[in-house]
Amino acid sequence: MSILTEAQSKAILTKVVALSKADECTAQLTGKIQGNIRFARNNVSTAGLTDDIELAVQVAYGKKVGTATINQFDDASLERVVRRAETLAQLAPDNPEFMPAVEKQSYKPSPTFAQSTADITPDYRAQVAATSINACKTQKLIAAGYLEDNQSFTAIANSKGNFGYQRSTMLDYTCTVRTEDGRGSGWVGTDTQDAARFKADSDIQIAMRKASASSEAKALEPGKYTVILEPMAAAGLIGFMFYFFGAREADEGRSFLSKKGGGNKLGEQVFGPQVNFYTDPWDPVAPCEPWDEDGLARQRMDMVKAGKITNLNYSRYWAQKQGKPAAGQMGNILMTGGTKSTADLVRSTERGVLVTRTWYIRMVDPQTVLLTGLTRDGTFYIENGQIKYPIKNFRFNESPVIMLNNVEELGKPVRVPPDEVSMNIVVPPMKLRDFTFTSLSDAV
Amino acid sequence: MHRRDFLALGAAGMGGLVLPAMFGRAIAAEELNSAIDVAVKKSLADAAMNAAKSAGASYCDVRVGRYLRQFVITRERNVENIVNTESSGVGIRVIANGAWGFAATNEMTADAVAKAAQQAVAIAKANAPAQTAPVELAPARGVGEVSWKTPIVKNAMAVPIKDKVALLMDVNAAAMDAGADFINSILFLVNEQKYFASTDGSYIDQDVHRIWAPTTITAVDKTSGKFRTREGLSSPMGLGFEYLDGAASGKTVLPNGVVVYGNSYDMKEDAIAAAKQARAKIKAPSVKPGKYDLVLDPSHTWLTIHESVGHPLELDRVLGYEANYAGTSFATMDKLESHFQYGSANVNIVADKTQPGSLGAVAYDDEGIKTKKWDLIRDGKLVGYQAIRDQAHIEGKKESDGCAYADSWSNVQFQRMANVSLEPGKAKKSVADMIAGVEDGIYIIGDGSFSIDQQRYNAQFGGQLFYEIKNGKITQQIEDVAYQIRTPEFWNACVGVCDASDYRLGGSFFDGKGQPPQVSAVSHGSSTARFNGINVINTARSLG
Repeated sequence: MSILTEAQSKAILTKVVALSKADECTAQLTGKIQGNIRFARNNVSTAGLTDDIELAVQVAYGKKVGTATINQFDDASLERVVRRAETLAQLAPDNPEFMPAVEKQSYKPSPTFAQSTADITPDYRAQVAATSINACKTQKLIAAGYLEDNQSFTAIANSKGNFGYQRSTMLDYTCTVRTEDGRGSGWVGTDTQDAARFKADSDIQIAMRKASASSEAKALEPGKYTVILEPMAAAGLIGFMFYFFGAREADEGRSFLSKKGGGNKLGEQVFGPQVNFYTDPWDPVAPCEPWDEDGLARQRMDMVKAGKITNLNYSRYWAQKQGKPAAGQMGNILMTGGTKSTADLVRSTERGVLVTRTWYIRMVDPQTVLLTGLTRDGTFYIENGQIKYPIKNFRFNESPVIMLNNVEELGKPVRVPPDEVSMNIVVPPMKLRDFTFTSLSDAV
Repeated sequence: MHRRDFLALGAAGMGGLVLPAMFGRAIAAEELNSAIDVAVKKSLADAAMNAAKSAGASYCDVRVGRYLRQFVITRERNVENIVNTESSGVGIRVIANGAWGFAATNEMTADAVAKAAQQAVAIAKANAPAQTAPVELAPARGVGEVSWKTPIVKNAMAVPIKDKVALLMDVNAAAMDAGADFINSILFLVNEQKYFASTDGSYIDQDVHRIWAPTTITAVDKTSGKFRTREGLSSPMGLGFEYLDGAASGKTVLPNGVVVYGNSYDMKEDAIAAAKQARAKIKAPSVKPGKYDLVLDPSHTWLTIHESVGHPLELDRVLGYEANYAGTSFATMDKLESHFQYGSANVNIVADKTQPGSLGAVAYDDEGIKTKKWDLIRDGKLVGYQAIRDQAHIEGKKESDGCAYADSWSNVQFQRMANVSLEPGKAKKSVADMIAGVEDGIYIIGDGSFSIDQQRYNAQFGGQLFYEIKNGKITQQIEDVAYQIRTPEFWNACVGVCDASDYRLGGSFFDGKGQPPQVSAVSHGSSTARFNGINVINTARSLG
């Protein structure tokens, strides 16, 4: 069994930390049970269950660091993993950017665990696949999808008396639905820690509607358009931008947040006044663990307020070097918005393009965070507040920084699956002017 | 898919405790030099196969794997992280009642593998009722007890850590002295010790080695606020540590003086050049958008081949098995039947799992099939896909193409891309000859930004270095170049390929596919090639 209780974890970690003869010792115990089912061409293709637990031990002698891991927990194994980390540390060169282990922290638990997800069985997964496939079969549509769920725990401890323990769950469902003739394609995705919030039967209807409605697409000339990006379409670009929110890169002059002449853009107006981003481990919709990779306690933190940069991501080393207080690095991306749905935004649009989803987003120029990618699974032309007809997919070349200076209106934020993002993300649907499409794609 | 894996490793560089889970447990460097005795592997395989047959399997294959990886990650004058990982275990795949079943265990005992084999049979039997048609395997004859090893000169795992650190520190210092503001340099070393056995009567022991030494060099101009990077022009290769010897035989000096590399890489020389070229990129004029004739160096073309030919010609994508993740393909079965004109008559593209020095080279694939070389595009016409044993019949073939791969003992093998390469032109033609014929063109070296749609029609590619060509002469370095293509139009615009003397390999170390995702490494060779009338956009923007 890969899920240990807090008491079991503490007993192992306490033993490990006590075994170490190094200047300091940090240990982390993680366990995960993960189940999945994959289907394509209206058939289940694979299903699996993995079960894994691991202890990682990091020790330091001065500025020399060594790490070792093991998946057995008898006394001899614990001794062996600590000695191996010590040997590796003694062989390692000094790390001039070494930071000592964090002091004892106070962690407020965040709601990352839901029993409903931990209770998922193979039958539940099979049922999700069957629900998706059967609904599609009745309308001569073809489903390809994937459900993955897990329950996990993390426990951390160090030789300065720090200790933390938390359990988490995750459910991630995506389904691509195509018409039999291959001329229409739709998509739906849900990402949540709580399986009670997931309904395969209603989700699949969204993808089916998009697939049917996106057939017979007409070609529109590439160019600048007013667009409504559904949350999933916006999340890809925004998530990508947050990979470049590091203070160090900005200070070093190699980020869109670097200032001409030196320094960074902290405190400057970089986005339009409607734009607010924050991070909050205790967000009920998209929570994250209350500590970061170094074990530093996370806090609720505004990153962008009314378009101004209010925080950057500081590593502990860079914070110290710059004389800044060290805070836990962001573990989720939360964007504020309004109350309108995507449909409401469509109703208030005279002419524009509705984008369901963006795909294969890659950096073109880090200087401006110029990204390229494509629309897919339902792109529509809007006229006089109504969806007029499906249009062919576009390639875009657009910077989220420019895009977030062209905001007309933001709708109600929702959590979306982390397609191009490694953190949980909540974004609203957004209406934007002058979004740049540079070519047409024949892909459906 | 490449980016995400790189970010995962970046995270490993920052948080010492967070190893990328797919790489297994961390071990001491000395443990990288050992191997499991072949007799032990055979007895484990036999235990699994006997258990599977007793439980009712009609077919069983067993992969006993030990996957070793070492990463040395540095920036400027610091070593950020040194990671050694090992992952070993046994993966068992069976057919029972006409359906596949798979189970894996990290316990290397006869009892544990027998239990896993029984579990695989139980899964297959549970899956069988929902199966629309029974699994149909292309015939394969057992090969008995055989072994193969990547023909390396120096085992990278045996080179002491201190020598690797010294090499990277020397490279970094040289780049900084040559004007770089920042450099990241990394060594990725891989050794897959793979043992395959099947109820067809094969016992195949293979020892596979790969190496990659990527660098990113950054130049910053604080006054203007501009910065530019130039990535190293090395390729990941199926070679040992000798790849980093920097032998003169591996170097080619291009007509504009840029040095590119074949089967031997001079990391320090390239880092010095990169520092100067990154600085020059800051000042280089911006491209005027429009149609140009492109001359593409092999260090660039590999990625275009990978995305616009390698992926769309994978049979599982063509059929729709990857519709929810990697995507489908425009190159549908009807196009194979009609020998669709994929490219011009200059375009001959082969799949090859035997090419020496390539990332995909093995003697047998992960289904125990003897590897081979076969045609995908001949004289511009589509003639083949990449298929494995349970797909061959769909294409009307009698044998597997031998391109099954699993990235771990714990993951099931499936169809992965072979090395897919553009054959050199038959007529003698140098790069200088090719450039001399171009009136208004752009010469692109190195791979850059890449993005392609889910059916592999519309793609956009950047590069590392761009040079303007006017009236047959290279005039100046330019910037902000990306080209957009529609796959068949692009390959039909190929008007020439240089001869075999210019042929070089590029490749990807972390190509992603499948759910849950697996990575694979694959090479793509070409000689310098010319494509007429390609749409070039300007990627410069202003943030105000």
